[in-house]
Amino acid sequence: MEWSLQDLPTLINSVLPHLYLLLLAVFLGIEVIGRVPQVLHTPLMSGSNALSGVVVVGSILLVGKADQAPWPVLVLGCLSLVLATVNVVGGFAVTGRMLNMFRKKK
Amino acid sequence: METLMEVGYLVALVCFVLGIKGMSDPATSNRGNLVLALGMGLAVLVTLFLPGLSNLPYILGSLVLGSVIGLRMSGQAKMTEMPQMVSLLNGFGGLAAALVALAEVVDLLYGEGLLRLLTQTSGMGSMGSYYLVFYIVTLMISLSVGGISFTGSVLAMAKLDGKVSGQPIRFPMQGLVTNGLLLAQVLLIVGMILAPTYAEPMVYLLFVLSLVYGVLFVLPIGGADMPVVISFLNSLTGLTAATTGLLFDNRAMLMGGVLVGASGVYLTVLMCNAMNRTLGAVLLGQFNASGGGAGREMNGQIREIGSYDAAVLLAYSSRVVVVPGYGMAVAQAQHPMHELEKLLVSKGVECRYAIHPVAGRMPGHMNVLLAEADVSYDLLLEMEAINPDFPQTDVVVVVGANDVVNPAAENDPGSPVYGMPILKAYQAKNIIVIKRSMAAGYAGVENELFYDPKTRMLFGDAKAVLSELIQAVKGL
Repeated sequence: MEWSLQDLPTLINSVLPHLYLLLLAVFLGIEVIGRVPQVLHTPLMSGSNALSGVVVVGSILLVGKADQAPWPVLVLGCLSLVLATVNVVGGFAVTGRMLNMFRKKK
Repeated sequence: METLMEVGYLVALVCFVLGIKGMSDPATSNRGNLVLALGMGLAVLVTLFLPGLSNLPYILGSLVLGSVIGLRMSGQAKMTEMPQMVSLLNGFGGLAAALVALAEVVDLLYGEGLLRLLTQTSGMGSMGSYYLVFYIVTLMISLSVGGISFTGSVLAMAKLDGKVSGQPIRFPMQGLVTNGLLLAQVLLIVGMILAPTYAEPMVYLLFVLSLVYGVLFVLPIGGADMPVVISFLNSLTGLTAATTGLLFDNRAMLMGGVLVGASGVYLTVLMCNAMNRTLGAVLLGQFNASGGGAGREMNGQIREIGSYDAAVLLAYSSRVVVVPGYGMAVAQAQHPMHELEKLLVSKGVECRYAIHPVAGRMPGHMNVLLAEADVSYDLLLEMEAINPDFPQTDVVVVVGANDVVNPAAENDPGSPVYGMPILKAYQAKNIIVIKRSMAAGYAGVENELFYDPKTRMLFGDAKAVLSELIQAVKGL
């Protein structure tokens, strides 16, 4: 591997735009739930848990490029795809069940 | 086509943000969940149309299988088991991220992954080296954090389920071992970069260490703090989604993961605030400064009351406040509770519910249960709203709650719960405590409210006791 400090400014320049995006996303993530009432904490946690299953996209990409890869890659990929899908589908379904109970009665 | 995909991901991301936003308001929460699911569906759909994607039968098969399992699991879970369910699903998400990272490692070592990576970075000079290091670190974070989230979530679920004791589990030199494990993982990642020849065993060791660390991380934390832990592990899974997004250069994953990570940490802090604890103290498994002492000796005596006398007391008062706790959830007593409430209202008694922020095992747990039993949303009052009303309340009915009404939190600096905001039930004119036995609460602390001269104990299973009360009130 080559190392040279001369490239450091280039490196920083290439990373900065991503850093901006990440920081904004962090603030957005905090701001967007800023005024959530106590009663919705559990459903919200459940919903964001389902959202963290977005790793399902990664599993698809992995399996999708695994045609030339050794067989364990395909096996691990499919297993992770099933797990991530359970996380997403189960997560949204559970959240939906909880929220259905908050419908105004009477 | 590429452009269309990027636009698709962008729309999915907007759905994620609007969905979370919608879920933080009761009026729009249902729509918010749908919007979130829609965004996720879009993200998956867009990915499926990626040019050059092979193994489509495997992908579709796995998606269908996962959906069927997910729907079955969510359909079978009882409302009282929701916290466990969320925890388990979160563990699955973490494991999925770890397996993706592991598969990448296998591809790097035995497939063409490394070749691809080197071709990509060749001719970039030291920029290429920086990129390689960044890639390896990101990959290893995915692997390790995913593993921690998996075993941590599963243990948290077992603790909530009672399969593992909810009490904090400690052993000698625990802090040293736990922190040492974390340090060892960091050193392993550094080692892989410095000595790539030995990278393979180091990767597998890292994965094993992360699995062990997940267990050790949750072991010393008491059952009452599990909601905080689950929320924290949830944001860790969000982090792995973000790092996986970096690996695959996929913005939907990256931004979605960061959103979950940030809101997860914020939600975790909100929960800690409600218990007057710092996040650090919870994660280190500490109870304030006293380290989980038993509190002071109780003096005074317990006074019992029969269901008939309790029924008379309730039916002839004008203001009643119910304080539900985990005991109500365990006994599935929300339905008889609602029935009793309706009965009292029909007799002209004002009957409301006081919901402590950490009642039950998860914030909002009580609200979900009572909503399941058809209790009107307006009757559920949060701590700040109900506390000023306690002095004018004739009877407080404590159903399976303990620590959240313990006056020691206000007047005993030596108590482990000291400083936690409580429901000021002790200010009411009468207190009826429905409780299985005299066992201490989750914090393992005696409760002097039970010895208060105004307090009457009604021992038994909450569901059975409430049914007796209903019969007794009907008979008046």
